[in-house]
Amino acid sequence: MSTTEPRSDKRPVTDWETDWDHTDPAWVANPYPIWESLRSACPVAHTERFGGAWLPVTHDAIHAISYDTEHFTSRSVVVSELRPGDNDLPAPIGIAPPITSDPPFHADARRLLLPAFGPKVIAGYESFTRDLCRELLDAVADRDIVDAAVDYAQDIPLRVIVKMLGFPQSDAEVFRRFIHMILEAVDVPAEERMNEREGGELDAYLDARIAEHLAEPRDDLTSFLLQAELGGEKLHPDHVRGTMVLLLVAGIDTTWSAIGASLLHLATHADDRRRLVDDPSLLDTAVEEFLRVYAPVTMARMVAHDFEFEGCPFKAGDWVLLPFPAANRDPAMFPEADKVLIDRAENRHAAFGLGIHRCLGSNLARMELRIAIEEWLARYPDFELDDPSRVTFSAGQVRGPRRIPVRVR
Amino acid sequence: MRITVDSERCQGHNRCYAIAPELFDVDDLGYATATGDGAVPDDLADKARLAVANCPEHAIAIVEEA
Ligand code: HEM
Ligand code: SF4
Repeated sequence: MSTTEPRSDKRPVTDWETDWDHTDPAWVANPYPIWESLRSACPVAHTERFGGAWLPVTHDAIHAISYDTEHFTSRSVVVSELRPGDNDLPAPIGIAPPITSDPPFHADARRLLLPAFGPKVIAGYESFTRDLCRELLDAVADRDIVDAAVDYAQDIPLRVIVKMLGFPQSDAEVFRRFIHMILEAVDVPAEERMNEREGGELDAYLDARIAEHLAEPRDDLTSFLLQAELGGEKLHPDHVRGTMVLLLVAGIDTTWSAIGASLLHLATHADDRRRLVDDPSLLDTAVEEFLRVYAPVTMARMVAHDFEFEGCPFKAGDWVLLPFPAANRDPAMFPEADKVLIDRAENRHAAFGLGIHRCLGSNLARMELRIAIEEWLARYPDFELDDPSRVTFSAGQVRGPRRIPVRVR
Repeated sequence: MRITVDSERCQGHNRCYAIAPELFDVDDLGYATATGDGAVPDDLADKARLAVANCPEHAIAIVEEA
């Protein structure tokens, strides 16, 4: 998933109905009004960019496409200039199961991982996460200005997954470099990226950890993956390594975006911040509301075979962007959809997707988000955005603030 | 009042379990089931309705018994 800067060599978008581009600076700066005007004009927009792609913006359409695994395939879930060839991403498995898999294989690849991410297992990492949040806050305790993204949000999902995998915390710095490498390379065609990784540093690092765990199994996610079976056979170490890379790519900038967006909201909405400090029992609904309004993740599908969808001629191989954040702002589904109501009681948001690919890490992400906000507010019940002009957002299919300078005293 | 979880629809979002752990349990894979026979004590009726209203997959139903 992506945190690339907007590409400046592209033609700016002037007509979002027929020539949309989710990497356009206007979308990166503020996509919400774009979706709102499309919703009334043309609920499924089209573009010739990326070799042909569709953009549904209503909750209904996004819901329908997420459920329809017959007409849509997950073989590629990131829209790019390069269309996968038939040989690079063989369906139904795909390059990174289960996220790129289709039924029936998908269910097996997913079932394998589910036990490690259930709510009861994840609850076991709460106290680690809480200590980690406190430690991160301690490290910047003498500063008047703290970057809630750089100094706090980005480290939390990274160091929790390092813990779950059973790698030394002292390697977190190494990991941070790897993550940047993977995320920065999102615009690079898939083959090139894989080639770069081939025999690369990250693979060597993961292979070394896998070898240690093979020699001496432990009670952690790495040993869990090495014990897991698919079709009666243990996973090949290469498959285990691929799964680790998927967890790193799918779990880090997504959660970091959600934590950052929530803290950015609280830094700019003193009323909500005070309410939450005075009444911590609002945290549960507040977390779901932040996930709804600031949903960070947009996925994609490819059309599997020609058919008509809501009057549009979908052709096999067309991209379909799936902006779950737009579904979450649809007024037909959510009253006062653009308002942040931290006590919103009914909230069937789709931040973690819908249907069979529902985010496998959602219990983990929610736990981290809740504890990150709790610990931040316990330390800094009063804080505000220091310089709004220095806030930056990622471009691409994962949206979140990457710089959030806040004044804490 | 009784609740039921449609296991075909449930995708394990665990919104129900977070809202009303008294009424829902999750299996090892994270999919939800109603606890016991699904009977909802009167004082948990509101929580049961909230769980229904927050399940993104529309997997939970309330059966009102006469
Ligand atoms: C707030 C943070 C997160 C958000 C908003 C998010 C969002 C999503 C979404 C929308 C999907 C659906 C993909 C689709 O329909 O194609 C998904 C799938 C997935 N996510 Fe997350 N995610 C988050 C955190 C995590 C974490 C922490 C992990 C693991 C460490 C994770 C691992 C996965 C995996 C493995 C899948 C694929 C599941 C499948 O295809 O069956 N995610 N995520
Ligand atoms: S909220 Fe719905 S989908 Fe999620 S676990 Fe409960 S019943 Fe299943």
